[in-house]
Amino acid sequence: MIDFRKGLRALQKALQQGEVTPQDLVLHSLTTIEEQDSVIQAFLRTESHVAKQRAQVVTSTVTTREDNVLAGIPYALKDNMCYEGVETTCASKILAGYIPPHTATAAHRLDHAGGILIGKVNLDEFAMGSTTENSAYFSTHNPWHPDYVPGGSSGGSAAAVAAGMVPYALGSDTGGSIRQPASFCGVVGLKPTYGRVSRFGLVSYASSLDQIGPITNSVEDAAIVLSAIAGFDERDATCANVPVDDYVGALTGDVKGLRIGVAAELMGEGIDERVRNAVQKAIDLLQSLGATVVPIHLPHLSYAIATYYLIAPAEASSNLARFDGVRYGYRAPQADNLLSMYSKTRSAGFGDEVKRRILLGTYALSSGYYDAYYKRAQQMRTLIAQDFQQAYEHVDVIVAPTSPVLPFRLGEASDDPVTNYLIDICTIPVNLAGLPAISVPCDVVEGLPVGLQIIGNMFDEATILRVADTYEKHSPFAALREAKWGGAAQ
Amino acid sequence: MKLTQNDVDHVAKLARLDLTQEEEEKLAVELSSILDYAATLQEVDLDEVQPMHGVHVGQTMMRIDVCKPSLPQEVVLHNAPEAEEDQFKVPPIWEG
Repeated sequence: MIDFRKGLRALQKALQQGEVTPQDLVLHSLTTIEEQDSVIQAFLRTESHVAKQRAQVVTSTVTTREDNVLAGIPYALKDNMCYEGVETTCASKILAGYIPPHTATAAHRLDHAGGILIGKVNLDEFAMGSTTENSAYFSTHNPWHPDYVPGGSSGGSAAAVAAGMVPYALGSDTGGSIRQPASFCGVVGLKPTYGRVSRFGLVSYASSLDQIGPITNSVEDAAIVLSAIAGFDERDATCANVPVDDYVGALTGDVKGLRIGVAAELMGEGIDERVRNAVQKAIDLLQSLGATVVPIHLPHLSYAIATYYLIAPAEASSNLARFDGVRYGYRAPQADNLLSMYSKTRSAGFGDEVKRRILLGTYALSSGYYDAYYKRAQQMRTLIAQDFQQAYEHVDVIVAPTSPVLPFRLGEASDDPVTNYLIDICTIPVNLAGLPAISVPCDVVEGLPVGLQIIGNMFDEATILRVADTYEKHSPFAALREAKWGGAAQ
Repeated sequence: MKLTQNDVDHVAKLARLDLTQEEEEKLAVELSSILDYAATLQEVDLDEVQPMHGVHVGQTMMRIDVCKPSLPQEVVLHNAPEAEEDQFKVPPIWEG
């Protein structure tokens, strides 16, 4: 009996012992999708033909490459990452029918490790949103309760993993888009340091903030997938040429002597009491395991949302200028001239939230407002990054909630954009500073998962993985998860 | 900061978006409320603070300047909504 939720090591073992073949895993994935995705709606499309062919190709690599955990194991890609020959839409009408001629470096590295792409998963259009309801195609549902949102923007990735449709998926995180859906769906989500993973082949939203990372069933699985995708790539000028640590080796199961920072700004007003209690219990557990809790301050944190919602839309307005109906994607019919073709194409092709952010960004960059908005936001970004750097002089990691609220029902998000933006408060500061962070499930409240966020210093994924793994091994969540899905213990 | 419908219309033109009257009205309200929120940044004295353009700025490496094969023309044109004689085809740039 195949169960993807048992993690990558269990699948590797089953493959190596000949209990299952890559073909079996592909069929199990496709069958599970067929059974469950009419309700969950995580997948924009499956690539069953390609996946079955790949399964045959990689079969021979399974036995010979013992150190390679990912060989013969299926995965899903958020649909803002390109894969040669496979439609990539960013869940937008404007890219409908776009077949990229190239594969994102992160996906290419998974393939090199013997991974098998099963399909492309849903997101908020161009990764702009926190519920996956901004997809131009359909909304994805939370596997813990289908009336609830899976979070976003990588809601398809998180839901597909949580529902056991794939063992892992890649997401992208610009302001929390890996961590928040991982938290909402009770799975692990890791946003690496900016520049740790190549962005080549990721359709750009806000280039100074975007980062690709894994969504998995366990911290160990996140370490395994990160090891495969991290590292220098000459095709992304912002990809850092910094040595990649041994992330799996870093999982020592020990946090004795580690200093854990807790910021009052991330545990106070605006955080749902039930979330705060769950996170406080996690902090107490880490303390009981030998970590030292250190109070810290992030004095400019209250400006993070305003900063982000100027910088990200400004970058988006520039990045999304490329969608003009000339080289790819949708083109509006019956335009008399080029300018009108641009406007008609973009007006019909983009959804409301994308238009809102393009207009906001265009305004913030426009003549007369640049200094007042965009430049000021960049100056505040400096102070927010400095707050973190000062904190890391005294602590090894910072812990906080991943989301200030519990998952909410579909259609329950506010009509007021600012209210919706405020729920990114715990994740956005991390992107502004460029730091790595992981969300690991810590509790279930009223049948809905809560995530603990562990934020690390620059390029120190090893330490956040170590803390998250230690926490996970002692967390009450494993039992709650088993009660939910049955037989899926770590 | 109160944005008028005219402001929205101006920005929409810059962004190459056609908006309906209804969209303009709604967006004037929404964008104003976002900019009001963003006005909290005006509270802080930032005159002496350097802007942060990105993470690791100054640490990015130059690529070795070596020519590599480009994508074949037919591959590049494959996704074009309209192509003719190995070129992207667009509506007239000037009318008349």
